[in-house]
Amino acid sequence: MFENFSHFLSVLLQGVPPTVIATLCGIALCIVLSFTAGLGMLAPWRWVRVIARGYVEVWRGTSEVVQLFWIFFALPLLVGFELLPLWAGVLVLGLNHGAYGGEIVRGAVQAVPKEQYECAVALSFSRVQRMRRVILPQAVVEMIPPFNNLFIQLLKSSALLSLIFVHDITYQGREVLEPNFTGQTALIYLLMLALYLVLAVQVTMVMRVLERRAAAAVGREPVEPSKALGRVEGGAI
Amino acid sequence: MIWDWEFTGRIIPDILGGLVVTFEATVLGSIVAFALGLVLALLRRSRVRLVSTAVWAFIEFVRSTPLLVQLYFLFNVLPGIGLKFSSLTTGVIGLGVHYACYTAEVYRAGIEGVPRGQWEAATALSLPIRRVWTSVILPQAIPRVLPALGNYTISMFKETPLLLAIGVLDLVGAAQEAGSEAYRYVEPLTLAGICFLLLSYPSSLLVRRLERRVGV
Repeated sequence: MFENFSHFLSVLLQGVPPTVIATLCGIALCIVLSFTAGLGMLAPWRWVRVIARGYVEVWRGTSEVVQLFWIFFALPLLVGFELLPLWAGVLVLGLNHGAYGGEIVRGAVQAVPKEQYECAVALSFSRVQRMRRVILPQAVVEMIPPFNNLFIQLLKSSALLSLIFVHDITYQGREVLEPNFTGQTALIYLLMLALYLVLAVQVTMVMRVLERRAAAAVGREPVEPSKALGRVEGGAI
Repeated sequence: MIWDWEFTGRIIPDILGGLVVTFEATVLGSIVAFALGLVLALLRRSRVRLVSTAVWAFIEFVRSTPLLVQLYFLFNVLPGIGLKFSSLTTGVIGLGVHYACYTAEVYRAGIEGVPRGQWEAATALSLPIRRVWTSVILPQAIPRVLPALGNYTISMFKETPLLLAIGVLDLVGAAQEAGSEAYRYVEPLTLAGICFLLLSYPSSLLVRRLERRVGV
């Protein structure tokens, strides 16, 4: 049963770079959109709040598969040019998870104690200074655990990209290995799941480090280093 | 003309047919997830270390890996061990087990939220352990977790399109098929998106209201 193990692993590993690129670029886009949407929903101007809220509700309210298919199959017919599958995937991962992230950012900013705003006003900080120097550094500490969950969701969603022919881990297993080794599908899929688990643990480990750094930066006690896999609840999907 | 109304009218019955399948998968998947989640949450509290650790590892594994790959896994492995199910049943099992690992954590938080005094009172009345759970703890824990369970049902509704990968013709599956036959994707996929938005947005408003009612 295990004679093909190393062959399976090497084929699946070829799928790791696209998965990692999609995840990292997706995370980058997701962070930008989360902050834009989250702060947008708290903006003093009504039209900004409406746009930000609209983006969040539309991208959270529809299915990710529909979004992916829409951008990959329907959009080219409308605008006349086609995105490469990988970039269409990154766009959907970022837009979809950015909508969830917007709520995380909004929630964390609102959770900063009111006194902190008042102190910053008393010190006659400008609006931007208040956000940048006082509110956001504290809010970011609160955001990291739910963002960890979100990034793992994003990593898992990257498997969808195999449906639009990106040669990621799932595609390699599904299209390259499975048709040739029909008797050993259990092993192939277990290996794929294990690869995703390893990547998810990497995400969590990086986020743990960031969490401790962010907490230290605002002068809080470092969070106890709990088990690498034990995640904080809430905020997921 | 970018949008073809005549074509739109023709594909609406197919898409509504797909919507029924999506509903079916969501409802059945939720039932599996809610029941299995409670079982996992209780097993997770087991005093036998081996059981609680195994359940913890299972939950973390399932939560950290893609549902799509889990569906492929079930679809290929279940028939190999003599369990022949339809695509829809396989999909419901996959969705149900995947979300059970999320609802287990929800139940856990709900159970931990029951005040300690309630346990002590139940012990003082020397109620048998089954009565403690069924008459004291769960009736207090479950109402508090209902909004969270509702949210997971909405998430599941939005994830059922993954089932098209194992051949279930759900809402998106139907839209995709209608699209590939006519080579027009704009109308069916946009309709599918609108269906999701029209159904999931009001449901999340309802869940939010429920959240305020139970005061979570």
